[in-house]
Amino acid sequence: MKRSALAASMFMTVLLAAGSAAAQAPKATSTLDVVKNRGMLSCGVSQGLPGFSAPDDKGNWTGIDVDICRAIAAAILNDPTKVRFVPLSAKDRFTSLQSSDIDVLSRNTTWTLSRDTSVGLNFTGITYYDGQGFLVAKAKNVNSALELSNATVCVQTGTTNEQNVADYFKANKMKYEIVAFSSADETLKTYESGRCDVFTSDVSQIVAERTKLAQPDAHAILPEVISKEPLGPLVRHGDDQWFDIVKWTLFAMLNAEELGITQKNVDEMAKSDKPELKRVFGTDGNLGEQLGLTKDWVIRIVKAVGNYGETFDRNVGENSKLKIARGWNKLYTQGGLQYAPPIR
Amino acid sequence: MAIEARKPPPQFAARMKRVLGGRSGLSGIAMQLLFAAALVWVGYEIIANARTNLETQRIASGFGFLNNTAGFGVSQALIPYAENDSYLRVFLVGLLNTLAVSAVGVFFATVIGFLIGLGRMSPNWLVARLCGAYVEIIRNLPLLFQILFWYIAVLAALPAPRQSFSFFGVAFLSNRGLVVPKPIPLDGSAPFLIAVLVAIIVAIALRIHARKALFDRGSVVTIWPYVLAVLVGLPVLSIMVFGMPATSEPPVLRGFNFSGGSRVVPEFVALALALSTYTAAFIAEIVRAGVTSVHKGQVEAGGSLGLSRGQTLRLIVVPQALRVILPPLTNQYLNLTKNSSLAVAIGYPDLFSVFAGTSLSQTGQAIEIIAITMGVYLLISLVTSAIMNFYGWRVGRSMSA
Repeated sequence: MKRSALAASMFMTVLLAAGSAAAQAPKATSTLDVVKNRGMLSCGVSQGLPGFSAPDDKGNWTGIDVDICRAIAAAILNDPTKVRFVPLSAKDRFTSLQSSDIDVLSRNTTWTLSRDTSVGLNFTGITYYDGQGFLVAKAKNVNSALELSNATVCVQTGTTNEQNVADYFKANKMKYEIVAFSSADETLKTYESGRCDVFTSDVSQIVAERTKLAQPDAHAILPEVISKEPLGPLVRHGDDQWFDIVKWTLFAMLNAEELGITQKNVDEMAKSDKPELKRVFGTDGNLGEQLGLTKDWVIRIVKAVGNYGETFDRNVGENSKLKIARGWNKLYTQGGLQYAPPIR
Repeated sequence: MAIEARKPPPQFAARMKRVLGGRSGLSGIAMQLLFAAALVWVGYEIIANARTNLETQRIASGFGFLNNTAGFGVSQALIPYAENDSYLRVFLVGLLNTLAVSAVGVFFATVIGFLIGLGRMSPNWLVARLCGAYVEIIRNLPLLFQILFWYIAVLAALPAPRQSFSFFGVAFLSNRGLVVPKPIPLDGSAPFLIAVLVAIIVAIALRIHARKALFDRGSVVTIWPYVLAVLVGLPVLSIMVFGMPATSEPPVLRGFNFSGGSRVVPEFVALALALSTYTAAFIAEIVRAGVTSVHKGQVEAGGSLGLSRGQTLRLIVVPQALRVILPPLTNQYLNLTKNSSLAVAIGYPDLFSVFAGTSLSQTGQAIEIIAITMGVYLLISLVTSAIMNFYGWRVGRSMSA
């Protein structure tokens, strides 16, 4: 009897400890402190989308989305290599961010209202203005998406693409069949096998995925762009400082392009006497410190990944395999949509 | 002086005491109450904590989302489904797809499993070795790999819709699946279904009667001509009186694909094939274990009674082996049902794919959706084991009779 009572009381102690641990409300620890203490940024990326986030032949992650992560790491830790990349499927990406597994999600994700609200996340800006398109084998002799009635469509599940297809075919009173896969690779492979007539995704992704096909030239992208797909990085609700840092990292890259600051001339420009440049480079005022960073945060970012235009050209633009035109992603001064608020 | 029966001991009180404290008496009762209270409290804290966290992050919670419009398409729906239906409907579509592939999988896994299991013990050297090789190869390869293999194999073997295999111009097989004419019910459908139902009930009643005659009086009653007559006659009678039960809508190739008709999608075929062949390898071993567990003397006794090998197997060995086979067989059925969630890899719209996948990522309500999904898989498993336990109880009862 004595022994059982002892065992029971020990058990109770364990339970109490577990209970109190569970009862502790999560203290609002700042994500910035977490990253600094860890000495590493944890960044959610795709499972391999050339141009946006994919490991190169040496195993280094490259792409526009990857460069955003590297820029954030450079601004905080002064080292663009201090990033842990977490490859996530479209389906798992939000849960991973909600549960603090990653600090920022930079994974060709479309900004929508429900993701900003009920999913509990905040988009920090738009890294790439995109739209959804269709890829069809040239042999099928299709010249317009409006000829796709009764077609079978391959799509990646958990994306806005899945809903856009439904909307588009319904609006145009066309029948269709959808086959949805959890991974982008499986979607493409099945399309290639002939199970689907059409592969649909954001146009930039189609261009990137098409390079993986056995005969990329045998497939054409239809002219119709059926949706708005503004892609950008996201953070969790509830940490405004972190939200600002991620937001202004992209704005810094855009402002750098607008001011003509490049990876090469950044040291030269930093000596400038112009008031605007002095604010940007932190030689005047304490704008970087207001963000929770250092005075030279813009210099760190541009040295690490270059300005927005350089990043674009290197990863998806003219200096890359994909050779996508800048289009909407030109600066507003050149007729595009990319516009960043001023650093002041 | 009348002799009074002694009162039975107070069973209930004794049982309560055993349940609550056992020999440790009152302190034991107190301990159990405390333990239960602590458990409830921990559970409450977990829920309250999760709720606070969701609120601070302003993530939507609650089950209201089930009535929202889903807005995405599904390739196979056993009930009418359109994009503007609710998430609740998506849930039902997914659940039915899971049940469909599981039921087909369980059926074929059992058939193949029994054949392979018995074949492995066959005196025929080649059959025994082939069955052995089947078991060793299939059960030692990962299931996901096999599902992908079947999917790619099935797709690669099939032609495009325009070059599809035609079965007399009625059914078509292509890489879009098997298209067959779709039955459209007419006025005669209700009487027809009733006739079929009545025929089945009569057949079962006849069988019960025959078995009773066999066991009670030892007389063999021949029932199969009557059964056949009822099963064929009643439906035919209904057609003659009320007209044809259904007309068919043949599939027509239009544009990219067939329109009209009913279709079995390749994803379903690949998944059902992979699940049943994989699980069959395990069932084969279970069957072998069960049959081996029946004493050799039983087979010899059957032989000395003049029964053939097949009769011995069917009438003597398998019924006794079933007692050993059933519990692990239930495990395999449960495994198969749960493994069907791998469907997400090949785009088959099962519960896990459309509900815990697409719906989850659209609504972001991970806790609710995962809880519902877990609950449903648990329910399916419990119902399956309940059915199997009932069957096992019947087998056990007839053994001891």
